[in-house]
Amino acid sequence: MSKYTEEDLEQELKTKEYEYGFYTDIESETFAKGLNEDVVRAISKKKNEPEWMTEWRLEAYRVWEKMTEPDWANVKYPKPDFQEIAYYSAPKKKPKLNSLDEVDPDLLETFKKLGISIDEQKKLANVAVDIVMDSVSVATTFKKTLGEKGIIFMPISEAIQEYPELVKKYLGTVVPTSDNFYAALNSAVFSDGSFCYIPKGVKCPMELSTYFRINEGGTGQFERTLVVADKGSYVSYLEGCTAPQRDENQLHAAVVELIAMDDAEIKYSTVQNWFPGDENGKGGVFNFVTKRGLCETNAKISWTQVETGSAVTWKYPSCILKGNNSVGEFYSIAVTNHFQQADTGTKMIHLGKNTKSTIISKGISAGQSQNSYRGLVQINSRAENARNFSQCDSLLMGNVCGAHTFPYIETKNKSAQIEHEATTSKIGEDQLFYCNQRGIDTEKAIALIVNGFSKEVLNKLPMEFAVEAQKLLEISLEGSVG
Amino acid sequence: MELKDKLLSSYVAFEDNVDTNSEIHDIRSKALENFDKLGFPSKKLETWKYTSLNSLLKNDFSIFPDRGRAVALADVKQYFIHDIDTYKVVFIDGKYSSFLSATTHENFDVCLMSSALNKSKYKSVIETYFNKVAKQDNLTSLNTAFASEGAYIHIPKNIEVQKPIQIINFTTGSEPATMTQPRNLIVVEENSHVQIIERHQSLTSNAVLSNVVTEVFAAKSATVDYYKIQDDHINASLVDNTYVNQKSNSVVSVHTFSFGGNITRNNLNFYQNGEHIDSILKGITIIEGKQHVDHHTLVHHIEPNCESHQDYKGIYDERSTGVFNGKVIVEKEAQKTNAYQQNNNVLVSDKSTINAKPQLEIFADDVKCSHGCTIGQLDDDALFYMQQRGIPKKEGRGLLMFAFANTVLESVKIPEVKSRITKLIANKLKVNIGFDL
Repeated sequence: MSKYTEEDLEQELKTKEYEYGFYTDIESETFAKGLNEDVVRAISKKKNEPEWMTEWRLEAYRVWEKMTEPDWANVKYPKPDFQEIAYYSAPKKKPKLNSLDEVDPDLLETFKKLGISIDEQKKLANVAVDIVMDSVSVATTFKKTLGEKGIIFMPISEAIQEYPELVKKYLGTVVPTSDNFYAALNSAVFSDGSFCYIPKGVKCPMELSTYFRINEGGTGQFERTLVVADKGSYVSYLEGCTAPQRDENQLHAAVVELIAMDDAEIKYSTVQNWFPGDENGKGGVFNFVTKRGLCETNAKISWTQVETGSAVTWKYPSCILKGNNSVGEFYSIAVTNHFQQADTGTKMIHLGKNTKSTIISKGISAGQSQNSYRGLVQINSRAENARNFSQCDSLLMGNVCGAHTFPYIETKNKSAQIEHEATTSKIGEDQLFYCNQRGIDTEKAIALIVNGFSKEVLNKLPMEFAVEAQKLLEISLEGSVG
Repeated sequence: MELKDKLLSSYVAFEDNVDTNSEIHDIRSKALENFDKLGFPSKKLETWKYTSLNSLLKNDFSIFPDRGRAVALADVKQYFIHDIDTYKVVFIDGKYSSFLSATTHENFDVCLMSSALNKSKYKSVIETYFNKVAKQDNLTSLNTAFASEGAYIHIPKNIEVQKPIQIINFTTGSEPATMTQPRNLIVVEENSHVQIIERHQSLTSNAVLSNVVTEVFAAKSATVDYYKIQDDHINASLVDNTYVNQKSNSVVSVHTFSFGGNITRNNLNFYQNGEHIDSILKGITIIEGKQHVDHHTLVHHIEPNCESHQDYKGIYDERSTGVFNGKVIVEKEAQKTNAYQQNNNVLVSDKSTINAKPQLEIFADDVKCSHGCTIGQLDDDALFYMQQRGIPKKEGRGLLMFAFANTVLESVKIPEVKSRITKLIANKLKVNIGFDL
């Protein structure tokens, strides 16, 4: 390559197609479109759920019916017609699997394209994978190893059957059904998701991981994740998504609840690469996610996210620092390209004494995309000695994209120490020149700068995931990374 | 009767006293319609999320106060910057006080809005500038509907106004509750320079709500230095809507000193219509009791190569509440913009609250924009250091807070204003700073 300039990079970004866009033809059983109480009941019945669960869903549905879609986010999109969505879709053949050989070969092929070789991961990466294929889990691995430690890691639909007490006790405690429009919708119709329980004092020996995929055209996917870390335990949970290329917008409204009890620690990492729409802004996934964690005394919750996909992202992983000395962290890279819009950030609610929170958010906008950081740091009057550090940096490529920051800081305690910093910049000509002078060509220099820009967040990802994150950044900003 | 209905119905009475055949009156009527539609802002509006006017709106405000009582100079002298010679435009209960004022028509106009609106010699200026930069939002519309009096300042080309201009609005409290709608227009033509000091002062403890709109137009290479002193009575509330329209190479700075009042809301908006513009927005807020001060700033960078500097400091004691919402918009044409925004706060009491929202909306890539926001306490080590050297704790705290706010004072260009503010700060912090600046 002769001379690689920022313009070339921009060009590449513009023309870069979604590499992971493919569609696996697996026979699915899909409900007719539309949503009413009967559909909610049917979903519940289909999953053979106990009475209390059905009631819980119905209650959520009734709340949802009265709510209106929020429109305060800095994103514009055609409002989905909620009666035009099929609310349940499951692969028809639901095999009971003991080994990978029993997995549908088509499915395995899909995973191969995604670069996830299950056996390889089993052996090398030491990752237990709970694969969610269009809402119903079809493969669960490493259950045994985890079982020996007393760790429960299974699809939430199974957990409702096997551990109803646990699920009943914690489900909806951090994100109540009435929390917001999408959380209520999710509560009413969630199809499946993961449930994870780490018993007292147990340090989970491996990274727990789930892959979500949207596979059936016109099917919204409503995932529900519940992670409970009992006293003194530790878990690192990974979540990653890719979706096939689609022309009509697909809705994804997930809810993730984390509960870290006294002295527990949860590390939750996400790599999100839903289909972002093509270069004309056609298609793409709507990602409206509610993620929230509750920290008891001395507990710690750390959110790390790499957001590269989705046409519209609306996502604020939050921490409620209820216990004294609890810690909340949020590390995020959000890359938007073409016509993507992202409104993402976090909420840190300081309730306990000596609570600490750190927010590092990096936004990279290219093409005609809009990238917003929206965050809240709230120090309540009883939260003595609360400490927050926030940093939001934006990198702009081209002058048709936009970067926005909406940080809210609300403090009611005098002992609070809060710092907020934000900068916006582009890859400077002098930075490139400096690298060129030292024999680093422009392409490598851009890679270096973007890498350096996002390093603080990439470093927070678990080893196993960092590789995939790198890969996704490569796809989103190919030619600039690595 | 609700205040809104009262205002709407009293418009007819208002019309009796103004020329209803003028173009201005069309603007007023349109603004009234707009206010009728929007009403008073509620907390549901994002821009009013942290400030509620509900407690104020319960008052039975008199909308057209009687002709203001005579005020003796000795009683109000303290509110003037009196140690230097200045032009003065003084209003008592919204009516012009010729006795306290010192206006001029030599070379430039420092006079009244009421005469500017009615006399034909000002017509072209009024037509070009009046209500041209003010936003059509709820409270600005309300002001526009009832706009009849205020300061009118017009400085033609190439004039450096030697004396600062003081705009002072007194409220005598002849009624239990008074609402005023002062409307100021300041037009500074090419290459001219002017300094303005604005103050609103209530003379009794009766409730006051001043809804002020000021439009400032700075033509090419003009310089405007604007100081707002807000140290009013505890029952006096103020909504200050200031709109600044700048042309190439102009420099406009607005310093806002908020020390008093019940609810103070500052909507300060800058629009940069030209290149190489510098906009400076600074403020010190020191409040206690149940006071509430809300700074909403907007800097709209529309063209390339401009700068903006914002620096707001706040010290909040007792049950006071502070709000800072700074918004910087950089349009995609506005390349090479440098926009800085700094907001630092100290909470002195456990009951005080600060809500900050430093906001950036950027559409251009070749820009340097940064904002910083901190909330913290005084440095204990520094305090200890001073105590060791014989400075009592109270004075030490005062000195530290003074130093904290001093970055804003440094850019005050009128020495008398600076020393007045220093005194007000010392007074507010209840310490003797012990040195004169």
